[in-house]
Amino acid sequence: MLITISQLIIGSVDLIAAFLLMFGLWRMASPVTAPSGILVAGVGMVAAVLASFLYVFTVDAAARPHLPLNIGLAAAALIIGAGVAWWSGRKVAITAMPQAVALFNGMGGGAAGAIAAVELFGGETHGAPALTVTLLGALIGSISLSGSIIAWAKLDALLKKPLQVPGLQLFNGGVLFACLLVGGYIVFSAVGGGTPLVAMPHLIEIFFGIALVYGILMTLPIGGADMPVVISVYNAFTGLAVGLEGFVLQNPALMIAGMLVGAAGLLLTLLMAKAMNRSVAKILFARFGPGKKRKQGAIKGSLKPVQASDAGIFMRYAKSVIIVPGYGLAVSQGQGKLYDFVKLLQAAGVSVKFAIHPVAGRMPGQMDVLLAEAGVPYDLIVQLADVNEEFKDADVALVIGANDVVNPEARTDKTSPIYGMPILNADQAKKCYVVKRGDGKGYAGIVNPLFYADDTFMVYGDAAAVCVSMTEAVRGLGAPAAAA
Amino acid sequence: MGFQISVGGFIAVYIFMVTAFAGWVIIGRVPAILHTPLMSGSNFVHGIVVVGGIFTLLNASTTLEQAIGFVAVLLGAGNVAGGFAVTQRMLAMFKASGHPAHGAKHATRAKRAAPAAVKSIAPKKV
Repeated sequence: MLITISQLIIGSVDLIAAFLLMFGLWRMASPVTAPSGILVAGVGMVAAVLASFLYVFTVDAAARPHLPLNIGLAAAALIIGAGVAWWSGRKVAITAMPQAVALFNGMGGGAAGAIAAVELFGGETHGAPALTVTLLGALIGSISLSGSIIAWAKLDALLKKPLQVPGLQLFNGGVLFACLLVGGYIVFSAVGGGTPLVAMPHLIEIFFGIALVYGILMTLPIGGADMPVVISVYNAFTGLAVGLEGFVLQNPALMIAGMLVGAAGLLLTLLMAKAMNRSVAKILFARFGPGKKRKQGAIKGSLKPVQASDAGIFMRYAKSVIIVPGYGLAVSQGQGKLYDFVKLLQAAGVSVKFAIHPVAGRMPGQMDVLLAEAGVPYDLIVQLADVNEEFKDADVALVIGANDVVNPEARTDKTSPIYGMPILNADQAKKCYVVKRGDGKGYAGIVNPLFYADDTFMVYGDAAAVCVSMTEAVRGLGAPAAAA
Repeated sequence: MGFQISVGGFIAVYIFMVTAFAGWVIIGRVPAILHTPLMSGSNFVHGIVVVGGIFTLLNASTTLEQAIGFVAVLLGAGNVAGGFAVTQRMLAMFKASGHPAHGAKHATRAKRAAPAAVKSIAPKKV
């Protein structure tokens, strides 16, 4: 009776939780409703976690003597895990968000892998389909765990250079194949040969070992600017692993939540890859190699340096300015100083917008969050598709710390590696200021003809320092602007 | 009769198919400006794996199972709490021009709080 009631309650609560999680994501469609969306999802999650303790009434005879200890362990793990993560999630810098998301994502993958490990080592999975799904979830979850940790280390600049060894991709393929082979052998001997799973713990250990190693090897060669795709892929992986383990545990809430995230991760991955003009396979399994050197046509014009103060004053008397911020701005932590400058311009009657390229930053949409943190209202932040037509009517395009995403070669030069990539049409503005540290090339390693165009002027220096100089120059003009 | 849920192979595939489709539609509506909170939010959603971890740990009958189950709950709980904390923080930063705070709730709360503070100086009018 108690079992039946517990199952009824757990089933109902999980059903509601699954709905709330979906509904929470549904409310993410606008910055206005999104904050309540995450709260709705949070309520669903808390309810599901609390209800899951009713499983104590349904445990089988073998586990019953261990129940008091198990309950204690579960409570302790919940409190420690949630406490530490909550504390670090509260205090992590917004600029470090990609690392944090990578790490929390890896945890989810690890949890899915660990559930699979218990099922496998305990020999609780029976039949070829269930066993295959468990192993597949274990594989994907393990890759997501170790891969996310490497991604975290890269984003946190603990690992500086992408690892590039000739033939590494081939070797990685071999490692993945070996893992699938071991998994296949486990299924074959358990289902076909009748060997119980508990009799082959070493095979299972090897399986997990190879899967974890593969996650590391797969992530090591991937470079910094490709990180948005990597994070999306591992997000999708963890979702998929959770969904698969949900099937193994016969828990539809896990299946639905996991698959929902799997689809979300896949969609974001494809969006990112499209914005970078590269296929997902190429990002994961190849890089902008030094091998494909190409003679870039001679570029007309010259680089024309100007002082930050002159640029600032010119914009003060412009009608409309569109700002193109890139990762360089985030690196110099100049978002707040840039917005100070923008407020001065707005006070002087200049119309200002921020144009964001989808891959600005180290994870999808990171630049938007950084600007929001600096206090920029979201209605000033416009996305590529909505703003591109407006450049030709703008007096000034101010490019700060961005390069490849404003390279007009993507539109014109068929031989360019970035040909076809959607770019922001900063070159169509009447005048273009480019704030840059030096004459370095962008991630794609190509010269940007925009910098040499007649109407483009270079402001050299650290983005934050340049913003301060521009602000001071405009303040120096006196009353109307300083009224801000 | 019991309420034990049992999802057969084909039913599972149907659930996966419909959910993937729903996920695609739901996520497709999210504007690019919210892609980072969306990602950490969906990160939070797959933290529901902690429920599976708790189930597994409660059913553990050997020390090895208890140890791995403990790790599963630990990691899953970290996923949930961390994912929620960062998502909620990021979403709270998105503001519209001239309006403080996201959504009307906080704005009204601020308005409601304001008269109380002003009362002693200028009763009635805000």
